[in-house]
Amino acid sequence: MRVKRFIPLAVFALLALLLFKGLSIDPTALPAARLGQPFPDFSQPELLTEELIDASALRPGPALVNVWATWCYSCRVEHPYLLALAEQGVPIYGLNYKDDSEKARQWLADLGDPYRLNIADRDGTVGLDLGVYGAPETYVLGADGVILHRHVGVLDQAVFEQDIGQWFPALAKLGQANAPEGSAQ
Amino acid sequence: MRRLLCMLILMSSSAWAVIETYEFSSPDLASRYHLLSQELRCPKCQNQNIADSNAPIARDLRVVLYEQLEAGQSDQQILDFMVARYGQFVRYRPEVDRQTALLWWSPLLLLVLGSLGVVRHFRQKERHPERGLTAMEREHVDRLLKDRLP
Repeated sequence: MRVKRFIPLAVFALLALLLFKGLSIDPTALPAARLGQPFPDFSQPELLTEELIDASALRPGPALVNVWATWCYSCRVEHPYLLALAEQGVPIYGLNYKDDSEKARQWLADLGDPYRLNIADRDGTVGLDLGVYGAPETYVLGADGVILHRHVGVLDQAVFEQDIGQWFPALAKLGQANAPEGSAQ
Repeated sequence: MRRLLCMLILMSSSAWAVIETYEFSSPDLASRYHLLSQELRCPKCQNQNIADSNAPIARDLRVVLYEQLEAGQSDQQILDFMVARYGQFVRYRPEVDRQTALLWWSPLLLLVLGSLGVVRHFRQKERHPERGLTAMEREHVDRLLKDRLP
């Protein structure tokens, strides 16, 4: 009889816990469906050389694959940080997503080129196979070309340190001594 | 003057706006297109299906949907294709798996719990039927009411 009295309290506590947890969930966060899978195979021209490349061109990892386009404003925002990362030795491959290749080449000439190479994904098929739903997005590839992580939105130093730096342990030590410039955003 | 006006109207961008139309080879494909485009969710604008959304990714997915339907893919094959790329999130009716089990079964669970509560409530009432008033209580009530009633 005494226990029964506490049932409403227990129900309330349970509900409060559930709702509180609901508040702390980011509803826009989308789990990437391709995590743990190899980078989807493709055959597309390289942006600068126009040579056909496939997924084996993205090795060896660990490396970043950055989805960008000249029509994407946030890509311009993160560009200086990508340059800084590349300077520190992080291999970055570009996926030039649904873009005009001429404009893209001009962009790289004007702003600098942090990319080892760029997949010219003019009609967005590589992006579609990867599950890209906007730019910028950045994927972490492991040594064997498996997708380990996806970040949606601008990549900056805070994001790199929190979510991505773990895959580049050699860099973490370097980064402490010499923080990349262009990250003060 | 009138000719100039017509030219100006034709040159305005809204006159050139593309209204998306797909030519289906059979009316069956068209109706499947409408059903599937309403079931598939736009990954960018999360509370719209791809039929309603104007986001570029929704447009791309509509094109893929159209092409796959015309290529003779089954509904299941198309849904699997989308789920492999965008996760169960992309469906408004996700498949039952470990992650979505709670979503699917909690309404039933709540219904069962609720009915158990209702059954219990009525059983208890049967077991302890309301007893009437004792003679003393009735006298007390009468006294109280006599003062109030005219």
